Amino acid sequence: MSSPNGSAPLIELRHVKKYFPIRKGVLQREVARVHAVDDVSFAVREGETLGLVGESGCGKSTLGRTIVRLLEPTDGQILFRGRQIEDLGPRQLRPLRREMQMVFQDPYASLNPRKRVGTIVGDPLKIHKIGDAKQRKAQVEELLETVGLSPEHYNRFPHEFSGGQRQRIGIARALALRPKLIVADEPVSALDVSIQSQMLNLLEDLQNEFQLTYIFIAHDLGVVRHVSDRIAVMYLGKLVELSPAEELYQRPIMPYTEALLSAVPIPDPDLARRRKRIVLEGDVPSPINPPSGCRFHPRCRYATEVCREVEPPLTDYGNAHLAACHHPLNVDAATLAAATASPQTPRAADEDALPQDSAGAADPVRGDTPG
Amino acid sequence: MAEPLLEVEDLSVHFATEDGLVRAVDGVSFDLKRGEVLGIVGESGSGKSVTAMTIMGLTRGVNARFGGSVRYAGKDLLQISDTEMQDYRGNEIGMIFQDPMTSLNPVYRVGEQISEAIRAHEKVDKRGARRRSVELLKQVGIPNPESRVDDFPHQFSGGMRQRAMIAMALSCNPAILIADEPTTALDVTIQAQIIELIGRLKDDFDSAVIMITHDLGVVADIADDIMVMYAGRVVERGATRDVFYDPQMPYTWGLLGSIPRLDRPRPERLYSIKGTPPSLINAPRGCKFRPRCPHAFEKCQEEPRLEQRVETPGHLDRCWLDVDFKREHRGAMIAGESTEAA
Repeated sequence: MSSPNGSAPLIELRHVKKYFPIRKGVLQREVARVHAVDDVSFAVREGETLGLVGESGCGKSTLGRTIVRLLEPTDGQILFRGRQIEDLGPRQLRPLRREMQMVFQDPYASLNPRKRVGTIVGDPLKIHKIGDAKQRKAQVEELLETVGLSPEHYNRFPHEFSGGQRQRIGIARALALRPKLIVADEPVSALDVSIQSQMLNLLEDLQNEFQLTYIFIAHDLGVVRHVSDRIAVMYLGKLVELSPAEELYQRPIMPYTEALLSAVPIPDPDLARRRKRIVLEGDVPSPINPPSGCRFHPRCRYATEVCREVEPPLTDYGNAHLAACHHPLNVDAATLAAATASPQTPRAADEDALPQDSAGAADPVRGDTPG
Repeated sequence: MAEPLLEVEDLSVHFATEDGLVRAVDGVSFDLKRGEVLGIVGESGSGKSVTAMTIMGLTRGVNARFGGSVRYAGKDLLQISDTEMQDYRGNEIGMIFQDPMTSLNPVYRVGEQISEAIRAHEKVDKRGARRRSVELLKQVGIPNPESRVDDFPHQFSGGMRQRAMIAMALSCNPAILIADEPTTALDVTIQAQIIELIGRLKDDFDSAVIMITHDLGVVADIADDIMVMYAGRVVERGATRDVFYDPQMPYTWGLLGSIPRLDRPRPERLYSIKGTPPSLINAPRGCKFRPRCPHAFEKCQEEPRLEQRVETPGHLDRCWLDVDFKREHRGAMIAGESTEAA
């Protein structure tokens, strides 16, 4: 997979699938499958932040957990520093666990209420047999300071902390093993906006200090734009758009991205009233029986016959901007003619069904033509 | 302008705890007219939910101490008995809670729960109540309401559950609808749907809405007035446009600066308000925001009154700083650090 600035990818996904079987009856026969992640490919460079966005149920969290191997992929390959890791056993995975850590969404549920902060943050060190007890304590105290807590918090319990402070504990735990990759699953969505901005700034500082690579999962495109270098948009298990962050916001190609952008609240009453909001009807359909063709077609305002029948290929529009849509937005004739199917296209999609027309050029956020 | 529907005057709510007296709400006053949307904004622990729950009579208890008054239709809701309160709660004032996952009872069908609310307040038979439930579910945009009315809450998605909660809150045509963080647990797309729905239903039912949130962005296009709360007090209040375009309280600037905005270029760093909200047992002396305020000076040791300091009538704040100084200096906090400066 091409990485725009040439540096080697830290983690690479090739046609990764994760299906959950639904079993019924005495024999627990498999009667259906939840297509949580369905043939997703992308690569993340070292030091980069990739934002992963989509509504609940789009498979973004499942994908995050599959990447750090908390879940077994059903199919496809995951490469960490060029090494295949999707079929490694628990023992072989152990050294790799030091390289990949996760920060969870719910700061209340992700910390064991019966353990002290020192134990929570120090356990990863103990499991990996790093240093002796004294060294570990010193290291934990240093970590607490790094994330903006005080070393005196070492002996406290999680319930003594506010939501934002707990999330800092979760981040300290993830940092303990000095990982290369951190998968942050909605790390700020349970927090007040004021605490949210503290947390986003902290994550940024830590990235600079420890040369971290982030996969940042969230449903709020405002937050994701702020932290990400590139953004991947998922819908019902599929990767539907992948683009540099600023470009995605200036020039969304997939109508779903356009709708997501227009749903982000804008703290400016005049602008908020003036802009036209594309309100998506209904909820995400069931991933057990996903719609045929383009999975977004039942909710898409540009959908035509071809969208119902043919799964669109992930098309490369240049400038590392990929999108899977039969009626792309904000694309001029020349770009459309030069567009090619990306090697990241899902295998089920029709690579020859490249888009023929552009659906429009309206900028959903500003309401004027894109610059 | 019409008579106010609800008049809250100098409301204070204190709770006696083992650790001391928690001053959750202190001297809050506002009024609400028919058809109006009031946004109450603040962090966790600012007293916004306690204010709303007190209006609903949900904070009554042996440890609670009330002051001031909440006048609705000539009655002070703080003075009436619990039994009398039941005629107002749900019937005249409806409430939508934050968490749609836990506010519906999982072992009863959605329709039964809405019917129960209707039958608690009106004399209708079961069949009539069911018919009303179907109609309400249709009004809040649930597809196939005739069959979905018999679903259990777990068969509904988060957005649908919140719609069902709204249907239940609207079941008795309340004059006032209080929405306490109605969209915080939801996706942005569903959030947009719910906010639009509340705005539309407000017109259909001709009610007034109190919308509580920590995110100023959520109330920007729906609220007529904004009230910013901090440590149990109102620190700024005014028409929505005034609060957004001419914010007077450094706390409001911080809230605005904390939001990653899609309508502006990406700042190098977001503004973040230092520290955490103060304890409500031992609140700081003087201005409650002083310990976190970058512009605090000696005078802030003394607490400013909530009063009009700008030209615009009805725009009140609690800040000693000179208005011109504020207009000159607030930009840095609201916009965050720009890319050039970094």
